[in-house]
Amino acid sequence: MSRKTLTRRQFVAATAMSSAALITAPYVRGAYAAGKLSIGFWDHWVPNANDASTAMVKAWGEKEKVEVSIDYITSNNNKIQLTVAAEAQAKSGHDILQMPTWWPHAYAENLEPVNDVMEPLIKQNGEVNGTVKYLGQAGGKWLAVPATPGSQIKGPCSRIDLMKKHAGIDVQEMYPVGAPAKADNWTLETFLKAAEACHKGGVPFGIGLGETTDSVDTAGAIFQSFGAELVNAKGDVTVKTDAVRQALEYYKKLIAFLPPDAPSWDDASNNKWLISGRGAMILNPPSAWAVARRDAPQIAEQCWTHGMPSGPKGRFAPYLPYFWGLWSFSKNKEAAKSLLTYLSQPSSIEKFVAASGGYDLPAYANMTTLKTWAEEGPPKGTLYHYPNPNNHQTLSIAASPAPPKIAQQIYFQATLTKMALRYAQGEKMEATLAWAEGECEGFMRS
Amino acid sequence: MADVVVEQGQAVRAARARKPASLRNVLGRKSTVAFFLTLPLILLIALLVLYPAVYSVHLATLNKSMQKFVGFGNFLFLFKRDTFWMVVKQSCIFAVTAVFFKALIGFIVAHFVHNIPAKGQRKWRGMLLVPWVIPPAMSTLAWLWLFDPSYSAFNYTLSFFGIGPINWLGDNVWARFSVILVNVWYGAPFFMIMYLAALKSVPDQLYEAAAIDGANWWQKIWYVTLPMMRNIIAITALFSLIVTFANFDIVRILTSGGPLDQTHIFATWAFKVGIEGSDIPLGASVSLFMVPILAIAAIFILRDVSKRGNEA
Repeated sequence: MSRKTLTRRQFVAATAMSSAALITAPYVRGAYAAGKLSIGFWDHWVPNANDASTAMVKAWGEKEKVEVSIDYITSNNNKIQLTVAAEAQAKSGHDILQMPTWWPHAYAENLEPVNDVMEPLIKQNGEVNGTVKYLGQAGGKWLAVPATPGSQIKGPCSRIDLMKKHAGIDVQEMYPVGAPAKADNWTLETFLKAAEACHKGGVPFGIGLGETTDSVDTAGAIFQSFGAELVNAKGDVTVKTDAVRQALEYYKKLIAFLPPDAPSWDDASNNKWLISGRGAMILNPPSAWAVARRDAPQIAEQCWTHGMPSGPKGRFAPYLPYFWGLWSFSKNKEAAKSLLTYLSQPSSIEKFVAASGGYDLPAYANMTTLKTWAEEGPPKGTLYHYPNPNNHQTLSIAASPAPPKIAQQIYFQATLTKMALRYAQGEKMEATLAWAEGECEGFMRS
Repeated sequence: MADVVVEQGQAVRAARARKPASLRNVLGRKSTVAFFLTLPLILLIALLVLYPAVYSVHLATLNKSMQKFVGFGNFLFLFKRDTFWMVVKQSCIFAVTAVFFKALIGFIVAHFVHNIPAKGQRKWRGMLLVPWVIPPAMSTLAWLWLFDPSYSAFNYTLSFFGIGPINWLGDNVWARFSVILVNVWYGAPFFMIMYLAALKSVPDQLYEAAAIDGANWWQKIWYVTLPMMRNIIAITALFSLIVTFANFDIVRILTSGGPLDQTHIFATWAFKVGIEGSDIPLGASVSLFMVPILAIAAIFILRDVSKRGNEA
């Protein structure tokens, strides 16, 4: 029986090699050395727009050695909101989840603060607008990172020919490509006269009065143009004010020139209205124009997206940002923050905007003049003024500046459109205000 | 006395005999086997029905941020809301009207089908069941296109007769009519098939006897058919009432509760408040409010059924 002995020299060599291996081991990275990351993105309605997100995330994952999985979740029938609610309840699910408008505040307790991501991004990309701060911040903390995909302005998309013919308004001259808007005369009064003229011409403006977001967003912008707030920033009910009365009086006049079935419109109705050629204007992001480009090119080439009319208290445009939220129960927060930073770089934002044909809007001030918006067509430059390149209007969301958890109730109960409809259908002003006051008091629960 | 001794002795012997093999006996009993056979289903029901039900009761007792126990606070809050009482009223109108018409149409159509010669009956039964077997979310989408605010196929057809256009989903009354109509269209075949089965079990001799006594068709229905079908009518009505009260998809797809909340029912309003408004405890409270209403209906209907069972 032979017995191998370990010499002193062999022992020292083996120890040195083992130590070297142990010390260098952390720097030897496997394919997925930095762990896993699960992401729930909003399922884009622009065909192939998801591919751009997938490609960017994949490239980042390969570079950072992170195994990434992506689910695209539709917002149809509130599937994305249901997913947010379910994951917040279960405290399990994706690491990063894209959430619309009010959801960062609704689930603030479950979200990881992202100040360390947002502060450098703002320095790099420029300031974010007030609505992004209102929806994305609480108590000085950033609850989520504004996402470019899905964020949108629901401004007017007008028919160039019909507005000229019936209302005598040249929208291209008012909002020229590559130059600031010349829209001083584009006021709510002009808007009302144009609505009346187009109604008489058989092509009424397609503005809904239902309970879905398009209807509510339009009402929100018009109310804000009069300075009308149902609940103020402090949380006091301010329904019975002159500003609210003026907004209702205006809406009553406007409703007379809208399609009679507008109370039952949903978010698809106004798109169909424009694409079918039945209306001279809708208030919508350029998705309707994009569908028209495919299905009714003769309509699409007459469409021009532009700014909102101004009211006594300013020019307000309905703006709906999406956010990327990082759950506090995520197991890979550092990787998630790295990805969120990567997705918010100018080069990534440019790719998102290009892939969506200009639909997606970045939240940052320096990112509103990308070439996609100037070049998209036909007609060329139709989207130039869509991202508010000259800060011509204030981007806002309906029911603001009420505290977000109260504003969310006002928004989803469609209190603004219901008020307008009740009053237009013959209810007395004071009865409508009393009803709205009661509703708002009910939204105060905490 | 002797009997008692014998009985006691037997009892003691039986107890002695049972003792060593008690576990085997218990396992061998039919009731134990039956219990184990149904255990997977019991567990499944506990997991998918009991747990969510108990959890929703728990949710309904929390405040909006779900951090504080508020007992019946959410219900007391709801009782003070006008919209809630409007939803209660609309849910009752929706469910009772829809069930009544489903039962009526089901009853009439069941008679027609019953009188079709046996050879062609299967074909008719299959065709009449189509609305009930199509997933309601899908068929309601088709109805939505028929009622479409701007491009309604119904309005197009009616225009040839100089009628309309009717604002199917934008007018309060028509919107309520539309959601009830679609629910009746969807649910009537279920009543039809249940009533058809009940009709087939009514002995022909009863009709023959009634005919000999000179009964007309109405008297035959009133004195023969209806009494023989009473139990099935009651059970079907209860089942349909529960399902119709809890309906969500038809209203959600057609009107989302509008215009001006005039078509909201419990489930759609609970969704609006709970999911869209991020107030899950209040949403849970709204949906739980259906339970006492349905429980009262169930007690009345089932009590009547058991009474008749005893009479029989």
